[in-house]
Amino acid sequence: MKTDAKQQIMAMNGDEAVAYAVKQSNVDVVAAYPITPQTIIVEKFSEYVANGEVPTQFVCTESEHSAMAASIAASATGVRAFTATASAGLALMHEMLFVASGCRVPVVMAVANRALSAPLNIHGDHSDAMAERDSGWIQIFVENAQEAYDSIIQAFRIAESKNVSLPILVGLDGFTLSHTLENVTTLVDDVAKEFVGERELPLVQTHEGKSAPFKLDPKNPMTMGPIALQNYYFEFKRQQEEGMKNALSVIEKVHAEYAELTGRSYGNGLIEKYQLDDAEFAVVCVGSTAGTLKTVVDEIRAEGIKVGLLKLRTFRPFPVQEIQKALAEVSLVAVFDKSMSFGGNGGAVFHEVRHALYDNAAHPLIVDYVYGLGGRDTNPKEFKKIFHELHQIARSKRVEKLVSYIGLRE
Amino acid sequence: MSSKDKGWKEIAPAGVTPKSSVGFMTGDWKTYMPVRDLEKCTTCMMCVLYCPEGCIRWRPEMGKIEIDLSFCKGCGICANECPTKAITMKLPEKEE
Repeated sequence: MKTDAKQQIMAMNGDEAVAYAVKQSNVDVVAAYPITPQTIIVEKFSEYVANGEVPTQFVCTESEHSAMAASIAASATGVRAFTATASAGLALMHEMLFVASGCRVPVVMAVANRALSAPLNIHGDHSDAMAERDSGWIQIFVENAQEAYDSIIQAFRIAESKNVSLPILVGLDGFTLSHTLENVTTLVDDVAKEFVGERELPLVQTHEGKSAPFKLDPKNPMTMGPIALQNYYFEFKRQQEEGMKNALSVIEKVHAEYAELTGRSYGNGLIEKYQLDDAEFAVVCVGSTAGTLKTVVDEIRAEGIKVGLLKLRTFRPFPVQEIQKALAEVSLVAVFDKSMSFGGNGGAVFHEVRHALYDNAAHPLIVDYVYGLGGRDTNPKEFKKIFHELHQIARSKRVEKLVSYIGLRE
Repeated sequence: MSSKDKGWKEIAPAGVTPKSSVGFMTGDWKTYMPVRDLEKCTTCMMCVLYCPEGCIRWRPEMGKIEIDLSFCKGCGICANECPTKAITMKLPEKEE
């Protein structure tokens, strides 16, 4: 990692890193409601506002539903909007998430991923974001505080890109990242501001038949998100799908540009391959667990077992082709899921990866491990045991159990 | 749907329409319509406050309450809230 005049090292936890990235991204409106483990993001940011360090309008709302509604409204006027939430807060936003993606407003939201009730639990897993996977939001999951900082800065560029115009969610694991202090290399303000740039606005036809920027503006009246029934609704949904498809290349492009600027990269922005090139079998995961797994992969490799890791950074849009290519040579794939899809026979990531690999000529065996629900600690020792188990499965080519649970008391 | 309906590549995003929302009248959804008895009305404005569609308006320049039926869905909240029972919900054909 290079650090030059344009960058400086700061000690921050994941939440603070997000707040700092938002501070540098020239955001016009932040509307939010506090919820653990996201609270520090908005707390820190409201400090910046109170100290006059940013010209941002801060809106204290009475619920997450309103926080999202305010962010959508702000973004619809053509300005840059940000919010943050977690768990029940994200669930309360559910309805408004569809309004955001349907209205094509590029709101950026940080989600400090956390379990959902009942029973009440404040700790980290991916139940909240996975439950919103079909809401039309781009979803990026990060491995550490550094990636959280970098991803938020990239997120504005991705979401606001004219041929994407979709809201984006950046997920950081609750407590594991949100509350853990790390060294974070940050850009200086001017460089970050220049990278994020101004928001792009596509041109649309207004009420008066003029061509005007896509924003609510009294000078060019237009109606956003009105009623569209059997005759047009379907067409608008197809447009959203196109935005998602375009996002794949935009994420790669923005990520590459950022890598050029900072010297930091996470695979190609969609997936990150670790020791995968000559791997016999592979593991797939999302979020902070990638850090643990990289260590375990090294330890297992030292034993002479060829294993590789595929970190899934972009979950929506799902990089099907990248995954197919990355896992073309392995005979066994184990997916680690930090959420359940009740009655679905495996977690969400498992379903998606398995779907992607169906068309691969060499069908690998695919198994699922659900772990870490409600913040249950899953340490390298446990993963090591699983890796040895996988080694046996790869050798015998026989899967006894499709879905297993790590660290669950029987 | 007709052949002149546009495809997804031709339409503006987010349902942005080339005409004002005033062009989409929801008033024709209603079955019952509010009818006001001017004798009983005390201009207390409860109907103005309670109308969820904002169709009942106070016109200060004329000094009277006006019901705009082009957006009234006939929910009957105004009739329910009226303290003097000056508003009744009637089928349009029975209207005089």
